[in-house]
Amino acid sequence: MVAFTLPKNSKVARGRTHKAAAGAQRIKRFRVYRWDPDVGGNPTLDTFEVDLAACGPMVLDALNKIKDEIDATLTFRRSCREGVCGSCAMNVDGTNTLACLKPIDAIAGDVAVYPLPHLPVIKDLVGDMTQFFAQYASVEPWLNTDSAPPPSSERRQLPADRAKLDGLWECILCACCSTSCPSYWWNGDRFLGPATLLQAYRWIVDSRDEHTGDRLDYLEDPHRLYRCHTILNCTATCPKGLNPAKAIGEIKKLMVERRG
Amino acid sequence: MTARSPLGSARGLGSARTGVQQWWLQRVTALALVPLCLWLGVSLIGLTGADHARFSAWVAQPLHAIALLLTLGTAFYHFKIGVDEVIEDYVHAEAAKLGARIANTFGVTIVAAASAFAVLKLAL
Repeated sequence: MVAFTLPKNSKVARGRTHKAAAGAQRIKRFRVYRWDPDVGGNPTLDTFEVDLAACGPMVLDALNKIKDEIDATLTFRRSCREGVCGSCAMNVDGTNTLACLKPIDAIAGDVAVYPLPHLPVIKDLVGDMTQFFAQYASVEPWLNTDSAPPPSSERRQLPADRAKLDGLWECILCACCSTSCPSYWWNGDRFLGPATLLQAYRWIVDSRDEHTGDRLDYLEDPHRLYRCHTILNCTATCPKGLNPAKAIGEIKKLMVERRG
Repeated sequence: MTARSPLGSARGLGSARTGVQQWWLQRVTALALVPLCLWLGVSLIGLTGADHARFSAWVAQPLHAIALLLTLGTAFYHFKIGVDEVIEDYVHAEAAKLGARIANTFGVTIVAAASAFAVLKLAL
């Protein structure tokens, strides 16, 4: 639903400030969104002063340091710390990205850290991805075939056909793109969003798949596909450098192509 | 709140199996409007300071009248698709959405008919 201002219970209040320990050399302030369901009330923006002289280079390093040394209740998802798992997607310095790939030095001034936009917040920087993953499941992201595979060998694919999957298979489903998309904010219940559409295209364009038409049928809908207005926030924000807007454009071209 | 499973909600009422027509027509009308609008703009600049008689005589030339009708028809159709898109983007209550889309169809049709009548009255 369209909302141009935050609902009353989502307005962010000023939170607590955690000063750096005496003797800190390079202090950087992190302003971090906090909301605890057990406490309730409005979210707050807590300030943590971190000594970069004793901290790793990435935003995730600073968050880990805060959790380890300053406030153990700070809650966020993280796992691989090298941009492969997609867990630590959050809004850093106004842009959705992976905290583990975002160098602190690239940010001038204080570092603002918020959860991904427009997801229901579970706690602090953790958003509810239930709908996102259900939409991903709805496009059946697996090889769908009726023919049996060749006996004692794999389904074969020409190198040229395999190359068509480059720029698609690398998607790690971090949801940076979908949660940066205004169409997904306003119509996320029906519009599938850039991540799911890129994944859908990954299977549409796979030469081994035998249900291309069914996949296009599933997407041919004013909301599922055509809420995309090529705003390109998705492509601008993707921490893996992928181009979901191009994938969506390719789906739209196939929709026209199959009409005759 | 709903007790429906997330996958059930995501699938919803299923695919409408439509949308490509509207998307395609929006682009085709946009393409047609490029030369039509250029022609109209250049023509109107050429008619700067014209009195009613000279303007009527200009409209009455068959090629001009035909091009004017094409421009108006294409522009209004393009406009209608665009407004429908905006409504689909921003209006979510089902009754309001239906009402807005019907009002858009009626409104654009009425204005388009009046515009066509104005051209024909001058041209015929």
